[in-house]
Amino acid sequence: MAQAVAQKSPGPPARRPGARGRRTGAAPRRLPYLLIAPAGLLMLGFIAYPVLSVFYYSLQEYNPTKPWRNGFAGLSNFTTIFTDDPHFWGTLTFSLKWVVVEVSLQLLFGLALALIVNQTFFGRALGRALVFSPWAVSGVLTSAIWVLLYNSQTGITRYLADMGIGEYGTSWLSDTATVFPAAVVADLWRGVPFFAILILADLQSVPKDLYEAAEVDGANRVRQFLHITLPHLKDAIILSTLLRAVWEFNNVDLLYTLTGGGPAGETTTLPLYIANTSVDAHDFGYASALTTVAFVILLFFSMVYLRLSKFGGQDK
Amino acid sequence: MITTQATRGTAPAPVVPPPARPVPAKRRRAWDEVPRWQIYLPLGVYLLFTLIPFYWILLFAVRPTGSTSLVPWPMTGEHFEKVWTERSFATFFQNSLITGIAVLVMTTVVALAGGYALARFDFRLKKGFMLALLCSQFVPGALLLVPLFEIFAGLQMINSLVSVIIAETVFQLPLSMILISGFIRNVPYSLEEAAWVDGCNRFSAFRIVVLPLLRPGLVAVGSFAFVHAWNHFLFALMFLNNQDKQTIPVGLNTLMGADSVDLGALAAGGVIAAVPVVIVFAFIQKWLITGFSAGAVKG
Repeated sequence: MAQAVAQKSPGPPARRPGARGRRTGAAPRRLPYLLIAPAGLLMLGFIAYPVLSVFYYSLQEYNPTKPWRNGFAGLSNFTTIFTDDPHFWGTLTFSLKWVVVEVSLQLLFGLALALIVNQTFFGRALGRALVFSPWAVSGVLTSAIWVLLYNSQTGITRYLADMGIGEYGTSWLSDTATVFPAAVVADLWRGVPFFAILILADLQSVPKDLYEAAEVDGANRVRQFLHITLPHLKDAIILSTLLRAVWEFNNVDLLYTLTGGGPAGETTTLPLYIANTSVDAHDFGYASALTTVAFVILLFFSMVYLRLSKFGGQDK
Repeated sequence: MITTQATRGTAPAPVVPPPARPVPAKRRRAWDEVPRWQIYLPLGVYLLFTLIPFYWILLFAVRPTGSTSLVPWPMTGEHFEKVWTERSFATFFQNSLITGIAVLVMTTVVALAGGYALARFDFRLKKGFMLALLCSQFVPGALLLVPLFEIFAGLQMINSLVSVIIAETVFQLPLSMILISGFIRNVPYSLEEAAWVDGCNRFSAFRIVVLPLLRPGLVAVGSFAFVHAWNHFLFALMFLNNQDKQTIPVGLNTLMGADSVDLGALAAGGVIAAVPVVIVFAFIQKWLITGFSAGAVKG
């Protein structure tokens, strides 16, 4: 009975040792395609197609509020970006500065935090839960919290001024000198825990006996960290750093709501500039051209990522 | 990796029996027992940095207007009342909840199917599909606002939560699928094969054998999707123009309007926005780390 069923079952009936995936039952040949179809179609329709239409729109003059000017524009959007746009280079430079500062600080603090909460100590579970908790709070809520903290009248500056640090009535978010560090700290608040979680996940897969062996050899903690922990984490760190860099580059929620790109455009990243150009100014054609430029930059990043992750080199 | 293995290979000591006794004691001291202050001091400093902002928003939410006290006493519910009714956070909350749950369900179901295919089959499009998943990680949702807006306008979905649900789901899918296929790969294939022998078909074998083992992973992925949909802002801002269709983050953003910030209302709104996320977070915390080690960072 069991034998007969096994032979008729739609799952791959023939057991070929070591040949997973080379099974050629009638059903499985179609099944994987059926299974990825919903995801594939959704991504085709709402990621791939929009990407292509961005390229199309970038060649158009396209502004719903000025329909009389709409039409094919050739490369004029792009020439404007590179020669005539007073904001483009500034936002691009700020994007890079933002990504470099954020990601390197997140990596540094995230690694330290992961190493600490990877130790065994009293109250570890609670400590982990607490230091990781800002991970859940993202975007607008982070901004709301830090807007409260940085408020000129009732924010933390007031209480610091009471203690003799700083002055009354300053808002770190509206001063060009302080807005960058203020925004960086706000983003670190929720970014470090996320990085720490990623690194902690990988830390836990370091074989314990390596440390024991190193111990026997008389290696101290610093050397154990340099020669065991760090090499083991290397791949994960490189990949999550790159991924994180792309996310930080793309993320709009925080700066859009925290500073709105201000004061005086001081904290406008390229994606934020694009969002402002499309959401507020309705200049869809120009925004699409800016998006295309951003794509090219991200494409370069993706190539590095794919090369480093050895995509295609190793089969899973 | 290779270097560490080499180090281990060249260490002859563990094999020799005599020093076996003293070694464990020494080992405990040096690696497992980092001096306590080196743990508690930095952790304490970081905890302050983490918790002060939370304390601040709670303080402002319950502190009467005009008070400058740093102690949340006497408490008042005025801000919550105002935000919930006057600022229509009740509606926002409901919209966010619908969006979040719909995204959770859609993401989990669609990613489960796709993740299973990626984990268990080799097929011609697999490599291309994996590449597409990875590449989509680099496509910024914010940059696709314009074409997405056009698509949803064409589908008559502007001002309908469906637009946001679809957009959030799509951008949640790639990572979820990579994660879920990692989880499925961790379940031995032989378990499924055993179920076939016992008379299950592929679907029932999956349901009876694999699904129960996947539960922690699915909870993590689903909560992840929920939290993202709950927090995300730009799609809702762009696709939902009608106030009674808006979601919580958009509501919060309105409260942050530059000129007259009602701090009490903003704080209360923030607390309302945080509640479901905190609940979800507390719930999935223990699965989070295992979830990530199962496949997220591997690329």
